[in-house]
Amino acid sequence: MSAGAIEPVFRSEAGRVLATLIRLVGDFELAEEGLQDAFAAALEQWPVAGVPASPRAWLVNVGRHKAIDRLRRQILRRAKRGELEAEAAVAAQVSPGDETGDGFGDDMLRLIFSCCHPALAPEAQVALTLRAVCGLPTPAVARAFLVGEETMAQRLVRAKQKIRHAKIPYATPEPDRLDERIDGVLAVIYLVFTEGYASTSGAELMREELAIEAIRLARLLDRLLPDRPAVRGLLALMLLNHARRRARATPAGDIVLLEDQDRGLWDRQEIAEGLLLVDEVLRRPGRPSSYAVQAAIAALHARAPRHDATDWPQIVGLYEVLLRIHPTPVVELNHAVAVSMVDGPARALDLLDALAARGALSSYHLLPAVRADVLRRLGRRDEARAAYRAALALAKLDPERRLLERRLEELG
Amino acid sequence: MQYLLLIYQSEAEMEKLGEAATKTLHADYMAFTQQIVQAGHFKAGDALQRTSTATTVRVRNGKTMTTDGPFAETREQLAGYYLIEAKDLDQAVTIAERVPSAKYGSIEVRPIRVFT
Repeated sequence: MSAGAIEPVFRSEAGRVLATLIRLVGDFELAEEGLQDAFAAALEQWPVAGVPASPRAWLVNVGRHKAIDRLRRQILRRAKRGELEAEAAVAAQVSPGDETGDGFGDDMLRLIFSCCHPALAPEAQVALTLRAVCGLPTPAVARAFLVGEETMAQRLVRAKQKIRHAKIPYATPEPDRLDERIDGVLAVIYLVFTEGYASTSGAELMREELAIEAIRLARLLDRLLPDRPAVRGLLALMLLNHARRRARATPAGDIVLLEDQDRGLWDRQEIAEGLLLVDEVLRRPGRPSSYAVQAAIAALHARAPRHDATDWPQIVGLYEVLLRIHPTPVVELNHAVAVSMVDGPARALDLLDALAARGALSSYHLLPAVRADVLRRLGRRDEARAAYRAALALAKLDPERRLLERRLEELG
Repeated sequence: MQYLLLIYQSEAEMEKLGEAATKTLHADYMAFTQQIVQAGHFKAGDALQRTSTATTVRVRNGKTMTTDGPFAETREQLAGYYLIEAKDLDQAVTIAERVPSAKYGSIEVRPIRVFT
């Protein structure tokens, strides 16, 4: 087996092997070093001896021994410096534990909950999750968030130091905390997805790799916590949005709005899976999660054969549910858009003006952009032009700016 | 593992609390302290006099400078602390959230540094 063929094995196993190693050696950084050593050993041995029957178990076993070697050397160095510590410290720090079998799912959950611990800054949670759980190399994580490699490496080091020094537990949360901690994990996953699906800055509209990682994470979490509807709701929401990715931009990178999208380009397989999941989640008893409601809205778009066949009244209804369970200014903005499709642009303008009057979303370009569209539909061209210009001043992405410029040109 | 729980609250706000609420707060502190002593988490703890009684000392170029008041003007001031024993940060947080002042101010949870 060539090195090129081994790489995908590493990529898919890295998170799980690391998760188990952290439990076995009791330290995040030591486990990471053990994992790197195990990969290096595999690159030497697998091309010659062949890939072992269970690559994961092999990597865990080798990684654990390499980590123990490192620990032993550290303790020896300290002993030489006169800080004599018993060799037994190694045995105390490295629990025997099981290395194969069912433990992997639990280890993975522990790792996810540690990386998404609320005591870590949100950007550190996201970075650590991509690095440790998804196995993305540090340069890729840095690229994903448009920061330098050095900055990202520092961020990761600081996060791991906090885990060690503050003793953030490597554990699944207590049952009475599980729901709020799951919400935190889902927020991280959704942040990864939205950053991939609609980047907040830069030249590109989408960063496919991040959206795919987010979906992979949600699938994993859904398998590990099948009885948590919020997880499945988020997975459905991401699949239904991701299904539209090929239709959302022209090959030149220009935005294609929902109303103009070629629905033949939508990924039917992802839509089918998303619809199945959202229907299942909405059938469960109890209040739906905000992700499930958003997924239900995306499902109505996905089901509409043409834009003018969209079930807008039901979409308005779902936004009203969302405004009750998860009221945010962005939800209000989307609600106003849906209202404009049912009750007309004048009613929507009232809602938008009320939103702007409260000072909400004052730095979000979509508020003036939506307002401009509504004014255009009302034939108030001068005001529409002014609103497009206001949006243009706030838009950060090049494709968004081009879309707004096109709109301005159309107004003449 | 030991953590220091630093209790921050606005002295101005606390002054406006009123007699009954202040009494309740004191009773809550007594009960809380007793609970963590019994559970074996309590190592030490004290309430501090207000910052108007504080003195800040600096030594620069061998010269001692003594000034009135705390080091920095902040919205919330250090009002007291607990030194606790907890198995990890999650347990320390569940103790910190029960500190009565958590409802008014904020509790900073700082791991104690161990030199090896």
